[in-house]
Amino acid sequence: MYEGAVQDLIDELGRLPGVGPKSAQRIAFHILSADPADTTRLSQAIQRVKDTVRFCVRCWNVSEQEECRVCRDPRREPSLVCVVEEARDVVAIERTREYRGRYHVLGGAISPIDGIGPDDLHVKELLTRLGAEPVAEVIIATNPNIEGEATASYLSRLIAPLGVRVTRLASGLPVGGDLDYADEVTLGRAFAGRRDV
Amino acid sequence: MLLTRIELQDVRSYAATAVGLDAGVTVLVGPNAQGKTNLLEAVHRAATGGSHRVSGDQPLVRAGEELGVIRLELRTDEGRRRTLELEVGTSRRTRTRVDGQDVRRSSDALGVLRVVLFAPEDVAIVRGDPGERRRFLDDLLAQRRPAYAAARSEYDRVLKQRNNLLKQARHLGPSARDAAAATLDVWTEQLVTHATSVIAARIAAVHALAGHVDRSYRDLADRPERIRLTYRSSAGLDVVGDPDEGVPEREPIETAVRTALAEVAGDERHRAVTLVGPHRDDLDLDIGELPARSHSSHGEAWSLALALKLSTYEVLAEVGDRPIVLLDDVFAELDETRRGRLADACGRWDQVLVTAAVEDDVPLEGARLDVRIEGGISSVHTRPAAAGGAA
Repeated sequence: MYEGAVQDLIDELGRLPGVGPKSAQRIAFHILSADPADTTRLSQAIQRVKDTVRFCVRCWNVSEQEECRVCRDPRREPSLVCVVEEARDVVAIERTREYRGRYHVLGGAISPIDGIGPDDLHVKELLTRLGAEPVAEVIIATNPNIEGEATASYLSRLIAPLGVRVTRLASGLPVGGDLDYADEVTLGRAFAGRRDV
Repeated sequence: MLLTRIELQDVRSYAATAVGLDAGVTVLVGPNAQGKTNLLEAVHRAATGGSHRVSGDQPLVRAGEELGVIRLELRTDEGRRRTLELEVGTSRRTRTRVDGQDVRRSSDALGVLRVVLFAPEDVAIVRGDPGERRRFLDDLLAQRRPAYAAARSEYDRVLKQRNNLLKQARHLGPSARDAAAATLDVWTEQLVTHATSVIAARIAAVHALAGHVDRSYRDLADRPERIRLTYRSSAGLDVVGDPDEGVPEREPIETAVRTALAEVAGDERHRAVTLVGPHRDDLDLDIGELPARSHSSHGEAWSLALALKLSTYEVLAEVGDRPIVLLDDVFAELDETRRGRLADACGRWDQVLVTAAVEDDVPLEGARLDVRIEGGISSVHTRPAAAGGAA
């Protein structure tokens, strides 16, 4: 245990995701010995993100304005909505530069163990959007795990009766990888989802 | 496949030990509580991801130490040399390395080393709870097809989620319960999908085992009665093991699970637990026409348990490398005739490690290793070849 302020800082850092007690201690001592200008910038950045960043009223992506950058962009195709779990998934898909539609961030996945049901996600908001916007296809891009699959199947049950096309991202082999390095589950899914060439 | 070297560091009663092994029979000799079983347990743990004696890895680490290392050298049937290394910690996750490379998930190391272990505890497969028989099938399937271990743990995850939802729904008011019901449907469908994969694989295993078990039992037992294996699913499916059958169709299983779940829906809401699925299935073992669990003599139960384990050798050897056989304290439990029959079987396998308290119990030629414990630390001593072979 360290004295007051140092221990407080270690405790706070240790609460961050992916940071264990050892890392928290290392970061705390780094901050302690860092240039005051650097630490000021860090604390201001943390403060500013809480003060200025909020969620897009349309898609729940992080945004500094009423609507996020994607929703404001008139070049984006309004008939396509890609549903993701977290805002960081939007960034991941944006990096591909393949997708020209809009997004909808759920804020998680259905997981009874964690006490998360459909009401805790932005599902109602999605349905409202489908009624108000000219959406022709919803692409469900939740994670390919148990909770992501359950969420996808829940959404497709809700959306399909509305006459909107519902699709799910394919799972399969990583590009540039070797076949014999793929785990069997992934390889099995890739087989199940094979297509004509 | 051959195990050419075992190295243990702070594992159970071993401080630092290295043993070189050859093909054929190796008998580990020593009085009880010297560390013979610890050696086999370490090999079994590395192969299957679990110990046959305890759950969890902590007990594997030598008392007072924080880290135990199991290091194994293998030679595949194609002659390729491989290494498998486990670092077992008391305070952290077990780290596994295959051929010097860290594996991302411990399940990725399954199937690198293939073993069939038979130990006195295995009589519980015949006499014990259904859970013992489910584990028997699951262990076999995970070794035969590593993807099964992943499918099984996905099923467990879905089951946990669904049970959780059932528990939550019990405390809800009527309107909230309707909302929960919509989500429950989704989890029920997920459960059906994953349950079908597990059940289909288990039924395939029962078919693959059936002929072998029947044959080896009649080899081992005094009264050569027929053995019948029946997979009894909580979904209302009973499937009798038939060597002419293979992997069953998914659709009938899916329908059975879905129908059975619909039938118990009210009961499930009331008891807040999933009542249908592979976690509640059983494998019925019949000797002649009688259930072995309740009607077998001690000798019959032993012969059947041994026949089941020996059959897993055959089922594993059908695909991929032939497994290494580990026989823990088995010969002492058998009479003269059965010892001779088991010894004949040992002659057919590439490599067999046998533990025995009394050397004369084992009518087998082959290498002898003496296991001794002094001051709480076990050691293994190779006997000169000329002195070996008590038979």
